[in-house]
Amino acid sequence: MSTATGGKRRRMSPLQAQQNRAGLAFVSPTLLVVLVIVIVPILWTVLLSFQQAKLIDLQSMNLFGNWTFGNFVQVFTQPGFWSSLWTTLVYTVGGTVGSIALGLVAALALRRPFRGRGILRGTMLLPYVAPVVAVTFVWETALSPQTGIVNSWGQHLLGWHKPIAFLSTSDYRADLLGLHVHLPLALLTVVAFEIWRYFPFAFLFLLARLQAVPGGIEEAATVDGATLTQRFRHILLPQLMPVIALLSVLRFIMTFNKFDDVYLLTGGDSGTDVVSVRVYDFLTASYDVGSAAAQALVLAVILMVLLGIYFAFFAKRVQEEQA
Amino acid sequence: MTRAQFEDRFFGIVRYAVIAVLVIATVFPFYYMVMLSFRSTGALLLDPGALWPNLRELTLGTYRDILEPTSRGGQGLLAMLRNSALVSLGTVVLTLAASVPGAWAISRLKFVGSRQISALFLAVYLFPATLLAVPLFVMFSRIGLQGSLIGLAVVYIAQTVPVSIYMLKNYFTTVPLSIEEAAALDGCSRMTILRKVVLPLAAPSLMATGLYVFMIAWNEFLFALLFLAATPGKWTVSLGLSQMNNAIQVPTTVLMAGSVVLTIPVIVLFYAAERFLTEGLTSGADKS
Repeated sequence: MSTATGGKRRRMSPLQAQQNRAGLAFVSPTLLVVLVIVIVPILWTVLLSFQQAKLIDLQSMNLFGNWTFGNFVQVFTQPGFWSSLWTTLVYTVGGTVGSIALGLVAALALRRPFRGRGILRGTMLLPYVAPVVAVTFVWETALSPQTGIVNSWGQHLLGWHKPIAFLSTSDYRADLLGLHVHLPLALLTVVAFEIWRYFPFAFLFLLARLQAVPGGIEEAATVDGATLTQRFRHILLPQLMPVIALLSVLRFIMTFNKFDDVYLLTGGDSGTDVVSVRVYDFLTASYDVGSAAAQALVLAVILMVLLGIYFAFFAKRVQEEQA
Repeated sequence: MTRAQFEDRFFGIVRYAVIAVLVIATVFPFYYMVMLSFRSTGALLLDPGALWPNLRELTLGTYRDILEPTSRGGQGLLAMLRNSALVSLGTVVLTLAASVPGAWAISRLKFVGSRQISALFLAVYLFPATLLAVPLFVMFSRIGLQGSLIGLAVVYIAQTVPVSIYMLKNYFTTVPLSIEEAAALDGCSRMTILRKVVLPLAAPSLMATGLYVFMIAWNEFLFALLFLAATPGKWTVSLGLSQMNNAIQVPTTVLMAGSVVLTIPVIVLFYAAERFLTEGLTSGADKS
C-alpha cells in the first residue's frame, strides 16, 4: 500500500488505523479457530473426494496424489443413489413445510396473553431442547408393535386388526373409502417426527415477530369491518413473510443434512435412506474415505444449487412486488 | 350473526382446541418416558396401553440397573454421565473463550474485512456437519485423537463457535456505546473495557449462550458415534444409550430410565435460562 497522497485508497486517520489494528487483533483468535477446525477440514473434503483413499492407506499417502474422478462416478452410478436423493428431498420438504406450518398455528394460538402462557411457551419448546436420543427412544417405544401405547390403543379403541410397524414398513397398503393407497409409512413417520421436533423452532421465531407487530393497523381494519381471517391474510401474513422465508431456508438446510433423527429411528432402512446416512455407511462400513467425501460433497453442491434456485426465484418475486 | 362475529367465535374455540392438542403432543411423550421408567418390563408387556402405572408395580430397579457400574451388573451410566459432563463443560469454556473477542470486535470495532469475516462466521453456521465428519474422522485417526474426549470437544467447538458468535454479537450491540466510551476516556484499554465493562454487563447473556452451547454438546450424537464407538470407556450418555439399544438386550423400561437421566439436566438448565435463551436466539427475527 502506498502512503503517497492521491493513492487510490484513502488513508486512515491514526485513530482509525489504531481501531483497525485492534479489531484484527481481537478477531484473529476466533478466526483462527474457525479456520483450523472448520474451513481447513472442508477444503480437505474436496481434496479427498478426488482421491482413491481408504482409511488404511492414509498413513502412507501424501496429501496430493492419485487424482481420480472414480469416486464421483461411483457415487452417481451406485444403486440407490437417486432414490436416496429423492427420499432426502421428500423428507426435507415435508419436515420444513410441516414444522413451519405447525409453528405458525402454535404462534397464532399463543399470541394473545392469557394466564399460564409463559409456562405453555416454555413447554412448547421441550421437543426441540430435549436430547435426540431420548426422544427417538420414546417415539420408538410408543410406536412399537409389541410394547407401544399407540398400537395398543389402536387395536382396542380404533379397531385395528393387527399392530402396525410404523418404523419398519416401507410400503403400507391402506384402504381409504374403498381406495387402495400405498403409503411409505416409515418415511411418513420420520417426517412426522421431524415436524414434532422442530415446530418449536419456527414457533419461537414467529411468536417473537408476531409480538412486534403494532396493534394499530389491525384495530383500524377491525373498525373497517375486516374479519379475523381477512386480517390474518392481509395484515399479519405479509409482515410474517420475511421470517417465514428465513425459516424455510434455515430448516431446509438443517433437515437436508440431518443424520441423527433418521439414523436413530430407522437406521436408514424401510425407505428412509437419506443421503447423510449413506455418507455415514460409506465411512464406517467400508472405511471408503474417498467415496464418503465425494458423497458429502455432492450433497452439499445439490443443496447449494437448490438454494440458488430458491434465491433466484425469491429475489425475482420481491422485485416484482416492489415494481 | 355476521361473518366477523362468527369467525371470532369459531376461532376463539379452535384456539383452545389447538392449544390443548399442542400441549398433549409436547408433554405426553415426556410423561410417557417418565411413567415407563418406573414400571417393570413384565407389567409393560402385559398392559402396554396403560396411561398410568399400577401403584403396586412401581419400581426404582430400572434406575439402579442403568446407573450402576458394569462390574456390579448395571449398565454403567454414571461413568457416561461423567464423560458427557466433562466434554460439555470443556466445550462451553473453550467456545466462549474463542468467540467472545471475535463477537465483540465484529459488533463494535471498524476494521478492514470486518463485513467479510462476519459473513464467513454466518456461512460456517450453515455448513453441513456431514461435510466436516469425513475429514475430521480421517484427521483424528491420523493424529491419534480418535477415541479421546478432547478430540470430541474440539469438534463440538467447531460446531458451536458460529452460533455462539451470532448470539454474543446480538447481546454486545445492546450494551450502550456511551458506557464503553466513558471507560475509554477514563483511560481504559480495549482489553480492560471488554473485561471490566462489557463482560459484567453482558454476564446474563454470556450465561445463556453458555447454556445453549452446553445443550448442543450434551445432546450431540453423530460425532460421538463416529469417534468414540470403539472405546466404551469414553462413551457419552447419548452414545451409550443408543449402543445399549442396538447391541445388548436391555429392557425398554431401563432404557427409559436412562433417557430420563439424560433429559433432566437439559430441561432444568433450559427452564433456568429460558427467557434469555429465547430472546438471544430470536433477537434478529423481530427487526426484519
